[in-house]
Amino acid sequence: MGELFTLPVLLGIIYSGIRLATPYLFAAVGETFAQRSGVLNLGVDGIMLMGAYSGFYVGMKTGNIWLGLLAAAVVGILMGLLMSVISITFQAEQGISGIGLQLFGLGLSSLLFKTTLGGVESINGFKPVRIPLLADIPYVGEVLFNHNLLVYAAFLLVPLSAWFLNKTTFGLKIRAVGQNPQAADTLGVNVTRVRYFCVCLGGMLAGIAGASLSIALINLFQENMTNGMGFIAVALVYFGGWRPYGVLAGALLFSFVNALQLWIQVLGINIPSDFAIMMPYVLTILALAFATKRAQQPAALTKPFERGEN
Amino acid sequence: MADRAGVKRVLNRTLEALLPLLAVPVAFLIGAVMLAALGANPLEAYGAMLQGAFGDKSGITQTLVKATPLLLVGLGVCIAFRGGVINIGGEGQIIVGALAATAFSIGFKDMPGWFLLPMSMILGALGGAVWGGIPGVLKAKLGVNEILSTVMMNAIAVQFSNYLLRGPMIDPKEIEQGTRIAQSALLPKAVWLTRLVPQTLLHSGAILAVILAVLVYIFLWRTTVGYRIRAVGLNRDAARYAGIKVPYYQALALILGGGFAGLAGAVEVMGVQHRMMENLASGYGFSGIVAALFGALHPLGSIPASVLFGGLLVGADKMQRAVQVPSSLIDALLGLVVLFVVGSQIWSRWRARRRETHG
Repeated sequence: MGELFTLPVLLGIIYSGIRLATPYLFAAVGETFAQRSGVLNLGVDGIMLMGAYSGFYVGMKTGNIWLGLLAAAVVGILMGLLMSVISITFQAEQGISGIGLQLFGLGLSSLLFKTTLGGVESINGFKPVRIPLLADIPYVGEVLFNHNLLVYAAFLLVPLSAWFLNKTTFGLKIRAVGQNPQAADTLGVNVTRVRYFCVCLGGMLAGIAGASLSIALINLFQENMTNGMGFIAVALVYFGGWRPYGVLAGALLFSFVNALQLWIQVLGINIPSDFAIMMPYVLTILALAFATKRAQQPAALTKPFERGEN
Repeated sequence: MADRAGVKRVLNRTLEALLPLLAVPVAFLIGAVMLAALGANPLEAYGAMLQGAFGDKSGITQTLVKATPLLLVGLGVCIAFRGGVINIGGEGQIIVGALAATAFSIGFKDMPGWFLLPMSMILGALGGAVWGGIPGVLKAKLGVNEILSTVMMNAIAVQFSNYLLRGPMIDPKEIEQGTRIAQSALLPKAVWLTRLVPQTLLHSGAILAVILAVLVYIFLWRTTVGYRIRAVGLNRDAARYAGIKVPYYQALALILGGGFAGLAGAVEVMGVQHRMMENLASGYGFSGIVAALFGALHPLGSIPASVLFGGLLVGADKMQRAVQVPSSLIDALLGLVVLFVVGSQIWSRWRARRRETHG
């Protein structure tokens, strides 16, 4: 156990923890928008898979990872649009429509992967960018300021989203629509349009989250490569109390435990790896059990809106 | 005039019942476009599917073998949904149920068969019930969202099973021979379920599943506890005012849902594989949700729905071989079916409301 508490290992854990937080941050912050507007999108995992595939495929075929990223974002928006039509316009039960979206994304990404790529290939993904001066700070510099661009973007997304949700008029509309759509409607807010926007924004970020795996962190595509990360992202939104900074805290906690788990295996510490992999999931359940403050949940979450009701 | 209104009502009801059924042809139409885009002949592909799933004795029995766990999981899904809770933990509950049945039957293999066989099933159901019960109790006591906790429990079950199958529960022969495949020893013959058709995998678990479907129907519609579960699902607030303990019945719905999925796992090891192995659940937890939804969340409706989706799973493999299109196409179509079915429910809700307002 002692070898875990050496400086290089601890720095290594922090470094991997920050990297691993990236896809969770994109996906969970995106899901925060959807849920704040009152829509539970449980299909995040399926969108991530489609984003991971399209980012990888387009990046591979064009040789340009930026185009790959763009493709992932567009595909994410399209998946968000599909979810919006079913869940907002057709007022479907959101827990189930999300499962449908997840199955669809999982099946379609596997199908496309098998028919267009077939085998495992790797891609030259986003490279680490050292931030001058900051990266030269002893110890922490290398750990915090030598990541690829998507990692920085994911962390910048948090304050940006918090500002957008809490300080802008549109953010206020989003919160109003999630809290009391009838009242928002009376005040002239187009509930349907705001919800479409939020679910599609969430879809776009989920698509980017998937691409962050396939063209920035792991640099390859595999069937079902997210392995349920999208569901964790949804859980992080609950854990974070529907606030971007809360989501950040949850994502960091989760990814640090995950990084710790990876290092435990690397160092060959005698804990069966299956239990180590289990840790983050157990932690998530515990976190949900002891951190849920139900009062913060958007009052209209999962409730379809219909004009003239009540 | 009264007759005419009656006819109209029957027509409306029929339309309501048929609307979700349209989801499959619509999804398959989209699938046909995808097949054509992939350079395969859609008619040939679907023909191979239909032929493979229902065309001959081997196809039909394989379909029924797949339909059995789908129906059992689907019954659990029906109970949970009727109680207003969403159980996505079928996958994990199948695994834990299968592990429990395996461990028990191997551990007590010298016991007589009349005791060992039903006890293994009961323990499988208990294992699943515990796995579904944890999210149930967490929801009742601490308000933890059951959708999320059941998903996490799936991941935990997979790791738990991997650990057991590579360590304590691994087949001793795998260690002797050095192959170390992660699977348990064979279950004692006494707990193998009777094969209904020689030279096929079809086993008596299929009959058990159908009997249980009828029992679940009676339970939900003819007993007080079942009535309360449905009352909670229909209108939580009204149920609370009527003095029904809502959290208790929601937890119960999740426990029972887990129990049926656990039984599905036990039946799968006892009837088909005869040992516990990795990937035993192989998506039944999710396909079971699709089947139950398609069966209108009704235990009896789930019977034909399970056969249909069992056929889809079998047919998907046949299609893959016939026209070289990966069977993942069918997974994608299953997802679309779910989206269309839940999307089409707006019409029945809309009609229900019109009935209320217009008498």
